[in-house]
Amino acid sequence: MNGEVIRTEKPTKNYEIGAEVVHALRGVDLVVNRNEYLAIMGPSGSGKSTLMNLIGCLDTPTAGQYWLNGQPVAGLIDDELARIRNREIGFVFQTFNLLPRATALHNVELPLIYAGVPSRERRERAEVMLGKVGLADRMAHKPAELSGGQRQRVAVARALVNGPAILLADEPTGNLDSATGDEIMNLLDALFDQGQTIVLVTHEHDIAARAHRTVTLRDGLISSDVGRMAVAGA
Amino acid sequence: MDPMEGILLALQQIRAQKLKSFFAVIGVIIGVMFLITVVSVVEGMNRYMKEDFAKTVFGLNTVTVTRTPSVVFNGDREYWRRLMRRPRLTFADADLIREQLDVPALVAVVSENNGKLEGPNGTSVENVWLTGTTADYFRIRQYDVEKGRLFTPPEDRVGANVVVLGFDAADKLFGVLDPLGRRVKILANQSGNPITGVFTVVGVLKKQGTLFGMSLDNRAVAPAHSALAPMVNPHGFVDQILVQGDGPEAIPALKMSAEATMRTRHHLRPAMVNDFELETADDSLSFWDKISKILFIAFPGLVAIALVVGGMVIMNIMLVSVAERTREIGVRKALGARRRDVLFQILVEGATLSGAGAILGILIGIGLALAVRAFSPLPAAISPLWISVGALLGVSVGVIAGIYPANRAARMDPVVALRYE
Ligand SMILES: Nc1ncnc2c1ncn2[C@@H]1O[C@H](COP(=O)(O)OP(=O)(O)O)[C@@H](O)[C@H]1O
Ligand SMILES: [Mg+2]
Repeated sequence: MNGEVIRTEKPTKNYEIGAEVVHALRGVDLVVNRNEYLAIMGPSGSGKSTLMNLIGCLDTPTAGQYWLNGQPVAGLIDDELARIRNREIGFVFQTFNLLPRATALHNVELPLIYAGVPSRERRERAEVMLGKVGLADRMAHKPAELSGGQRQRVAVARALVNGPAILLADEPTGNLDSATGDEIMNLLDALFDQGQTIVLVTHEHDIAARAHRTVTLRDGLISSDVGRMAVAGA
Repeated sequence: MDPMEGILLALQQIRAQKLKSFFAVIGVIIGVMFLITVVSVVEGMNRYMKEDFAKTVFGLNTVTVTRTPSVVFNGDREYWRRLMRRPRLTFADADLIREQLDVPALVAVVSENNGKLEGPNGTSVENVWLTGTTADYFRIRQYDVEKGRLFTPPEDRVGANVVVLGFDAADKLFGVLDPLGRRVKILANQSGNPITGVFTVVGVLKKQGTLFGMSLDNRAVAPAHSALAPMVNPHGFVDQILVQGDGPEAIPALKMSAEATMRTRHHLRPAMVNDFELETADDSLSFWDKISKILFIAFPGLVAIALVVGGMVIMNIMLVSVAERTREIGVRKALGARRRDVLFQILVEGATLSGAGAILGILIGIGLALAVRAFSPLPAAISPLWISVGALLGVSVGVIAGIYPANRAARMDPVVALRYE
């Protein structure tokens, strides 16, 4: 099914620092369909992360509208947003953001814990997911005992374990050497091929080139939106 | 998130930071330990007072007439002077009390002093509790002999120089020898004058044990009119008159009768207060009740202070721990943790931490109470009820102390928390 996963209508985001107001987003109209592979580019400070936070329901816009899977999100309260993040969004961060004291397996289980999945099923699903990212033999390891690439794989497994509508990756290769970065990107490519909708933030052109559409931001506005390919299956 | 998960997580945290966790809950440990120790000793005392002390010192169903109270709360000099001006009790008082009673009762006089016993072959015992009394004393106090016999009413009347020894006194004087029929020399000071007498041993009392660490078996009991009389009290005075009824219901009547007799004997007009004391086991218990009530009022304050201070320490440490884990909390929220999930996690952590402290406090408290029982004359009774109270208090402190840090964590903005370095 190829519906709209993301639709934004002139969302703005202002940050007030003392008397000064920073306009991080100035009204970005964006539609992302199911099974798209979208890269967001732009210079530092152009609003990429702010837009990601909005799309990922970590934050709400100052003004404007946002629909996720057709559901309006802009006016929701904290706990409702948490529920949406849990069910619909999978985050992959530049700095991995794994819990340092927890094993790889427990890290992957976290979204299922908050989804209220019983512990047996939780464990099985997390194990399957870690197997898919090639870490079946590293489940009991803590993040400190894993390489950077392995950590990011754990993060990908964690992002996907609850079957989210979109995978959001903010500079997923930013903390990795290029060979390892390529590995992670190959993993994302494979996930896209399996039908996962992906939104990727990067400032590297060769990373962005893997996506099928590139949106470039400048000063909180979209400066270009280039679809390299027709949307898969459309 | 289910509680087990939270507890396991918190235990992991404690294991990872043993020393820090210990210092975090030291207030709780001390508070709970103090609670358990004091309560155990007070409860032990309570039981002891009710079951042993009152019976041993005052006797069952017994009214004790004395010149001065056995416990004085008010110690000012005028009060003491008035006490010292009170007339002493006499044998005649006892006789009249007996005559005036219209219910069946046992009456005995008791005079006591400390002295020394000398046996054969130069053996001797110091610090012996000497008692000059009448034959019914043994029935009132429910004393029985280990061997030999008690002295008899005829011996009583003529003041025969016979003595019944306490178990320890007999043991120290005679060892393996049979004490019955042997001679004992008793020595004591009365108003600065040394007095002695020679007595024939007729019996040895059964072992009584100790009271607050003092032996009840290092004693000698002889007829009130025997050669012991001048050693325990000058000029035919007595220390106490014991009146024992058939049962507890007889006590008020006995008390009234003895009081009326004594007031007549002392020519007291109706407006004048008694110049003697009438005490029962219940009176002594009411005195103890007063003390234990004071303890039970004063000491929750101390426990509360320890727990409040402990709670504040825990709160601060948890605030630091929440701040240190800002990023973790951001991650959890990004993955779908709701406010109540974060709140719950931190509260369970606080409860687990202080619960562990409470368990440690309970264990140390029990240890201390057992040590008190083993190494001091004070008894101690460990009660499951108070152990639960201790555990509950400990856990509550952690939960209450955790509310503020937990709330802070729960309200964190995930975007800000995720950017935290
Ligand atoms: N929490 C914040 N408080 C204040 N200003 C912020 C905050 N987050 C972002 N900004 C500002 O908003 C603008 C866009 O930031 P961001 O979305 O992080 O850009 P990018 O990810 O493209 O580098 C920048 O000017 C940044 O300084
Ligand atoms: Mg950024």
